[in-house]
Amino acid sequence: MSAQRAPASAPLGVVILCHTALHRVAAVVRFWLAASCPVVLHVDRAVPEADLQALRAELGAQPLLRFGPRHRCDWGSWGLVAATQDSAALLLDDFPDVTHVLLTSGSCLPLRPVAEMLATLQARPCVDFIESVPVAHGEWILGGLGEERFTLYFPFNWRRQRWLFDRAVELQRRLRVARRVPRPLVPHLGAQWWCLTRATLGAILKDPARPHYERYFRRTWIPDEAYFQTLARLHAAEIESRSLTLVKFDRNGRPNLFYDDHLHLLRRSECFMARKIWPEAAQLYDFFLNNRAAKLDPVPPEPARIDRYFELAAAQRRDGRAGLYMQSRFPREDASRVKSAGPYSVFWGFDQIFADFDYWLGQVSGLRVHGHLYAPERVQFHGGAKVWHGALSDAAAIRDYHPRMFLTNLLWATRGERQCFSYGPSDHMDHELDWFMATDMNARLSMITGAFALSIFRSGQTGPELIARLTEAHKREQEFLAILRSRWAVAEIRIHGLAEALGAPQQVLGGAIEGVADAPARAIHGWPALRSLDGFDAFVAGLSKQGLPPQLRKDLTL
Amino acid sequence: MSVLKQLKLRGKRQAKLLRALRKSMSLRLRINRTDLIRPRDILVFVTLRNEVARLPFFLDYYRALGVGHFLIVDNASDDGSAEYLLEQRDVSLWSSSASYKDASFGVDWINHLLWRFGPGHWVLVVDVDEFLVYPFCDTRPLSALTDWLEAQGRPAFSAMLLDMYPKGPVTAQPYCAGQDPFEIARWFDPTNYIIRRNSELQNLWIQGGVRLRAIMRDTPAQAPALNKIPLVFWARKYAYVSSTHMLLPRGLNRVFDESGGEQASGVLLHAKFLDTILGKTEEELRRGEHYAQSREYRAYDAMLHRKDSFWCEWSTEYINWRQLEILGLMSKGDWA
Repeated sequence: MSAQRAPASAPLGVVILCHTALHRVAAVVRFWLAASCPVVLHVDRAVPEADLQALRAELGAQPLLRFGPRHRCDWGSWGLVAATQDSAALLLDDFPDVTHVLLTSGSCLPLRPVAEMLATLQARPCVDFIESVPVAHGEWILGGLGEERFTLYFPFNWRRQRWLFDRAVELQRRLRVARRVPRPLVPHLGAQWWCLTRATLGAILKDPARPHYERYFRRTWIPDEAYFQTLARLHAAEIESRSLTLVKFDRNGRPNLFYDDHLHLLRRSECFMARKIWPEAAQLYDFFLNNRAAKLDPVPPEPARIDRYFELAAAQRRDGRAGLYMQSRFPREDASRVKSAGPYSVFWGFDQIFADFDYWLGQVSGLRVHGHLYAPERVQFHGGAKVWHGALSDAAAIRDYHPRMFLTNLLWATRGERQCFSYGPSDHMDHELDWFMATDMNARLSMITGAFALSIFRSGQTGPELIARLTEAHKREQEFLAILRSRWAVAEIRIHGLAEALGAPQQVLGGAIEGVADAPARAIHGWPALRSLDGFDAFVAGLSKQGLPPQLRKDLTL
Repeated sequence: MSVLKQLKLRGKRQAKLLRALRKSMSLRLRINRTDLIRPRDILVFVTLRNEVARLPFFLDYYRALGVGHFLIVDNASDDGSAEYLLEQRDVSLWSSSASYKDASFGVDWINHLLWRFGPGHWVLVVDVDEFLVYPFCDTRPLSALTDWLEAQGRPAFSAMLLDMYPKGPVTAQPYCAGQDPFEIARWFDPTNYIIRRNSELQNLWIQGGVRLRAIMRDTPAQAPALNKIPLVFWARKYAYVSSTHMLLPRGLNRVFDESGGEQASGVLLHAKFLDTILGKTEEELRRGEHYAQSREYRAYDAMLHRKDSFWCEWSTEYINWRQLEILGLMSKGDWA
């Protein structure tokens, strides 16, 4: 009726669905109007009348602006589709020059001048830009239901009535409810924000079967991701299944917000629109609505960089940094097989067999090798340091207060440098620490069993306590061995008997330092000398007479 | 959780709230500007005593982050703190001359003010020497964080206490009113923190840093707790249990991920170790109003008299939040 009086306009019309941050919406509306693009604004029915009046007053009388009939637009509700239908119909009726309709939200921001967008659309005038993926290809969905969106009924709101929602789904699954999709529709899903041609959109709105389809879609889940996406497949001449709007979803399927500090990222986008913009991101609104880029050097598009930025954030939330224990990452014992920040080597008994073992290992590996980190008196950091990386103290009391965290802190603070240290029955052994190391993929534990006897032998001690000390050390070693031999142990574990190590010392040592020290370094520094064992046989023989337990005697017989 | 346990915790929470009400009797209103609070304002709650030198920088720091209003309890200052605060247009002030210790080290007073003014707001409960650092704090106001937390359905945000100290004796460089304390106390311990689970309230218990390394090295179990949950979207049924270390209901304490991922978290830079500690230490030793018979203060006193330095060769100099994130002291989680 009003075709003659209809104002001339650009060929692109915009539908904006908004419910909050109306002052930003007003700015975006003015951006479109300035380029002669007609706008139909849908303001959620939940917005107070006063706010709406303020918005109307702010925008003033505009020949190219209409307000669409208001619906209540809950997340994922039919209201969103109804609002879009009514507003799009109004746009097509009132502005005959419009050949394309862009659907956006109140928190979308145009990233490029309108002219660029018009050029893209006019280059391929019959193409509909709408992400539309067959539901059978489930990858599109981030958490949530797939095909069942179309085959079950969804009378409850997922956000507000979660319990009822879940029960309703469960019940229908049990009853094997299977709604039939109206022919000839093939369910498709995609992002809500699209740009359709007048022909396609008009055909969808005027489809004689529209009431029939609507009845069906009203009871599907999140119809705003399915209705137009499915019907476009029926009516479109040519679909390009991508959205012109950049949206990055988080793990919960919510769009990530863009802030002022994302300016450099957004400039690298190929998209024409971005959502969601944080309403207070004044710099973004200023930059893009006023085309500040015109005065700057052009930036080549790098959409992969934007993807990577958000993928990294998602990975940090999902996987975290291995070996980090802190206030907001404190994995349970069994949460992962890699429990520490980097590989480390633990040597059990090696310093009793080889002369100056720590020094030699440092020479051939180029690493700063520690002594017994868990020595009872103090932590034997490399070089006798009193503090080490991370400001770790050498105080035994602090270390023994939480032996496992002492180790994980050390490994975190020195990540990038393999840690090597000695450990043995004379140390402050800790059950939790032993289990931790045995079940940590980063640990390499090399053991020479029975070597503790050499240290007791060299202490020169005699008398009845000697056997008690040996028995005690043997017991601790057996407990540690039991942990290493359990079926939960995943560390790289090498266990050698004392006789075996003394018989083939280079082989045992070579295995323990494989990959830690390379062959040329070993060639330069040679193998370490063996420590003297003079008198050890007599020592064991003497103990046997005093009643050394048979198991222990066996282990110590060379 | 058994019903009995639930009832027990509920009883504990209600007792905490009742106690707050009872202890609030000693609060005397000095100035009430709470009518200026707008619906979405972030509110800061503080208890203090004789902090006039620190106040200018403190208030400006949080104003710059976009805090809307400060609700402050003055515990009988005699250095002009109250007079200074009365002049600030975004401060409401109460005073109490009752015992800080009897008021659970100020928690009861704060719980009461939270109960009255906190519901429906994001509240930040800090001391005058605690400065919140959160992901992107150099480019995004605090409301960006609280908006995001709210959208994620997370009502509480963790920010552990990070003790900062100068290089050299603590009292060597005087602190002037209005000065950024981290011009002096620029150093911290990066990786010596010990964490345990507290099964009753499901929070993490963190100890460590310089106070463990330098002061409590022989008695680590007595090292002060560093876990803090200072930023909460408040509801009337909530209560802080012990300082801002933990809350009831205990679900609020689940600010960490247990399956390997990282939740977003921040840090409270702790500017305790400035020359101002000298006067504080002497006063607190006289009053005996601090935690665990002021044991910590006695240790400071001994240390200050020896003119020891907290600094060690593996101390790290503070740069910004990104540095703290790389060190693993805080995390941006998936806030991108």
